[in-house]
Amino acid sequence: MPKFLIWVAVLAALIALPHGLSFSQQEILVFLTINVLLVASYRLLTLTGEWSLAHVVIMGVGAYSSALLTKKLGVYVPVSMLLGGVVAALIAVLLSFPLFRMKGFYFLIGSFAAGEIIRLLWKRFRDPFGGAKGIKGIDPMPDFSIGFYQFDFFEPTSYYYFAGVIVAFCLWILWRIEKSPVGLTFHAVHWQDKLAQASGVNVRAYRTLAFAIASGFAGISGALLAHYVGTINPNAFDIDLMVFVLTWAIVGGTATFYGPILGCVVLTVLNEIVLRELGLEQMRPLVYGAIMILSILFLPNGLESIVQKLTKRRAAKSAPERSPAE
Amino acid sequence: MTDFLEVKDLTMRFGGLTAVDSLSFKVAHGSIHGLIGPNGAGKTTTFNMISGFYKPTEGQVLLRGEDISGLQMHEVARRGVVRTFQHSTLFAELTVLENALVGTHMPFRPNIFAAIIGWDREDRSGAEARAKEALEFFGLDHVMQERVGDLSHGHQRALGMAVAYASHPDVILLDEPFTGMNPEETRQMMDLMERLKADGITILIVEHDMQAIMGLCDTITCMSFGKFLAEGGPQEIRNHPAVIEAYLGGARHVA
Repeated sequence: MPKFLIWVAVLAALIALPHGLSFSQQEILVFLTINVLLVASYRLLTLTGEWSLAHVVIMGVGAYSSALLTKKLGVYVPVSMLLGGVVAALIAVLLSFPLFRMKGFYFLIGSFAAGEIIRLLWKRFRDPFGGAKGIKGIDPMPDFSIGFYQFDFFEPTSYYYFAGVIVAFCLWILWRIEKSPVGLTFHAVHWQDKLAQASGVNVRAYRTLAFAIASGFAGISGALLAHYVGTINPNAFDIDLMVFVLTWAIVGGTATFYGPILGCVVLTVLNEIVLRELGLEQMRPLVYGAIMILSILFLPNGLESIVQKLTKRRAAKSAPERSPAE
Repeated sequence: MTDFLEVKDLTMRFGGLTAVDSLSFKVAHGSIHGLIGPNGAGKTTTFNMISGFYKPTEGQVLLRGEDISGLQMHEVARRGVVRTFQHSTLFAELTVLENALVGTHMPFRPNIFAAIIGWDREDRSGAEARAKEALEFFGLDHVMQERVGDLSHGHQRALGMAVAYASHPDVILLDEPFTGMNPEETRQMMDLMERLKADGITILIVEHDMQAIMGLCDTITCMSFGKFLAEGGPQEIRNHPAVIEAYLGGARHVA
């Protein structure tokens, strides 16, 4: 039961959180929520052992598709967000044909090239992608009411609640996948693809599956971003953001589900609260670089290893009380 | 006993080197068949061709009359031919039980949608029961929750076989299962193989350890320099002049 109480407390804290923040901090909170989904979906891909540099561009695919679907075809916004994720997943399946001929480092570079190609296509074709200036005036999420709460999407708090529910649902799906036999097969493909194959696992299909699911959720996070900001352009999804995603994942650690999320939250808070207070927010790449090097040197298993140590110590503390009786 | 697995004119060339040269033999259903030969005879290459790890240059591998040569490894596995690996190739980061669960991939195919909604309870418990059964069979049930990287060498070898056994195979291909085992472990492993055979599983073994293979196999195929040399029961092979020559060198020179 106490575990249940902890979840209720966390939920209450998340609901109360925006009310203690300034307007700009509330906006940051929305971005943080979206980035949590981005980095959590990235972890699903890393389960199969592949690290992609196209993840942020795939997020952009979701953003562009959702924006274009609402603008050109007048699709209802929440539906277009879902379709944005579907399109991102389909693009990932297409990309998997050339990309999964490669592994490891070659896959990393190949995915970077594939991402840049997509970005150049956005820049090159003004119709429908709007060229380098991107797409402006994307329809916002239409306001609605659920009885006790009126969603007004010009308020970041409202969008935070809306995005929070969607992200929580997506995280739940990602969690279920990871804890299922499918997740175990992803691990198997990562650690010994030969033995997995000898056990009848279609390794190529499972790599593609992980890539498509991760890309689909990245696409949804991109769509959430597009309909919040209202304008997107190719430079919003460049390698800088990808490096931030990598930093969050590495600093947080990728051995557990919560590791990358922890990295994302801690580094965002550090950046937006601490650095902004000090007036150093322009030095974000420098500080992130330093944090990444320091964490690789002194915390090779990421922030999650601290959490694991703490929970283990608590378990160890309660255990010895029983042992003297023997 | 019917012809079950047949290797027909199997040839493998690596560039100019012919590792296996039109090799043919038949494995009868429910038997333990040994494939022996001195170092570099092409045993492991043959093994890799049967399991789908290599695509043969020429020739066929027939399973119940169906040509399975050139299929990918997982496709061969799905037809009931499951292999083990020479060195302790396992999922070292996972627990023993999780390793065995990967082995149940074929009888209990994971379905992602059912897994998200939670409609695969029966499959999950079925897979777990099968994995535990396989671990019990190989005497590994007491180390179920341990990380595989921490296991002893003997346990790792047994687990490699348990992972293969968990998938309900018709044929198990064993690649040098006795390497690095002491005589006691070898004897236990031989007992387990006899029990697998009693279960109706056909076993093909590639092995160096002559002692073990002579006591175990129904039929032995001996090859040397990629070519078929001799075939027969253990007694026949033990006394076959060509085999003795291949293993001990040219007797004529000694005399």
